Amino acid sequence: MNIKSDIALSDSGFVFNPASGESYTVNPIGVEIIQFLKDGKSIAEVSEQILENYNTDLTTVDKDLNDFIVMLKQYSLIDNND
Amino acid sequence: MTKQKLTIAVTGLNAIDSPGPGVAVSRALKEADSFDARIIGLSYESLEPGIYMHNLIDKSYQISYPSEGTETLFERIRYIHQQEKLDVIIPNFDAELFSFIKLMPELKKMGIHTFMPTIEQFEERHKTNLPDFGKKYDILVPDSESVYSADKISEILKDFEFPVVVKGKFYDAIITYNIEQTILAFNKIASKWGLPIIIQEFIKGEEYNVTGLGDGKGNTISVVPMRKQYITDKGKAWGGIAITDEKLFELTRHFVKETKWRGGFELELMKNSKNEYYLMEINPRLPAWIYLAIGVGQNIPEALTQLALGKQVEPFTKFEHGKMFIRYSWDMIVDLKEFEKISTTGEL
Repeated sequence: MNIKSDIALSDSGFVFNPASGESYTVNPIGVEIIQFLKDGKSIAEVSEQILENYNTDLTTVDKDLNDFIVMLKQYSLIDNND
Repeated sequence: MTKQKLTIAVTGLNAIDSPGPGVAVSRALKEADSFDARIIGLSYESLEPGIYMHNLIDKSYQISYPSEGTETLFERIRYIHQQEKLDVIIPNFDAELFSFIKLMPELKKMGIHTFMPTIEQFEERHKTNLPDFGKKYDILVPDSESVYSADKISEILKDFEFPVVVKGKFYDAIITYNIEQTILAFNKIASKWGLPIIIQEFIKGEEYNVTGLGDGKGNTISVVPMRKQYITDKGKAWGGIAITDEKLFELTRHFVKETKWRGGFELELMKNSKNEYYLMEINPRLPAWIYLAIGVGQNIPEALTQLALGKQVEPFTKFEHGKMFIRYSWDMIVDLKEFEKISTTGEL
């Protein structure tokens, strides 16, 4: 899963796609996920990290993470070939 | 080291709600690293705001409308040149470009440099010629048809699906949804801008613009794509963001290489849901939002001036990401004496 390399992400949750000029805001967990993806982590690794850092269960993490990934794809923040 | 001093005349001082590029071009020239510019504003009306912006425009002269012919314009330029010793002229209006291009050899003889498209490039890119242009240079363009009489509209519309875009040959565009609206739009635009009127396929999507500079040999000196973020009711960008979509860079370089474009330009594009860019218009001059190019590190008016002077200009490589522009309006207080002077003497 490759998030586009030029996507800019700030600590405040501001996400900017320089190719399209679109900008978005995400919540703190969204920032973490995007940062993990930018660091080259796989979905499974991201899921593991979230489980480790937060008091939650695998089913909830997987469901929410998948929804988030679908949204990132929809907004063309993830490379099309993924 | 002292910088070269240049006297550069610019038109398009109408920094109004549908702005001319002159004020932004002057601002860019004032900020040029390679020369010190004295800016001579060439205006058509006494109320063009740029005339009164003395921090950017050092002196203004009124010139004649293009409809009065090139001879009148030439005489006026000759007079201004006697007073100011112009090094370069940068015309910024579509409607005046034909006259300035025609005058290019005369201006050159007088020692005034320009860097404009050739007459062939200027004619070929007309809205009325867009379908042929797209075919010739392998660029995606919307279907369009030129109309010279309202009687022909219903016949022409048989080849189109509604909505369609009704466009003037220089300015204005109205989206219409039936024959009656199309005829009304035809009459409205024709009375303002003359014939022909262009009926164009409506491309649903997002608007993108690209400004750039071609050296006339097929090399692209600059490309700055922009997505409009805030659009006025006249369709003008009141805010926009510089973007880096590689497809837009490729398309622009292709356009410059194939046409050997000479001078500044603005491409107006639409991106449809399949991520395809349709070229809607080619404006053969710099756009009003040109200052965004300076914002990303590409002073296009400065580079254009250097090309006009016959200097070698290398393509820009710097492009600062994440830059946007937001336009604003500003009320200047002007002494009536200034208005009186430009109105009566044609100079300020």
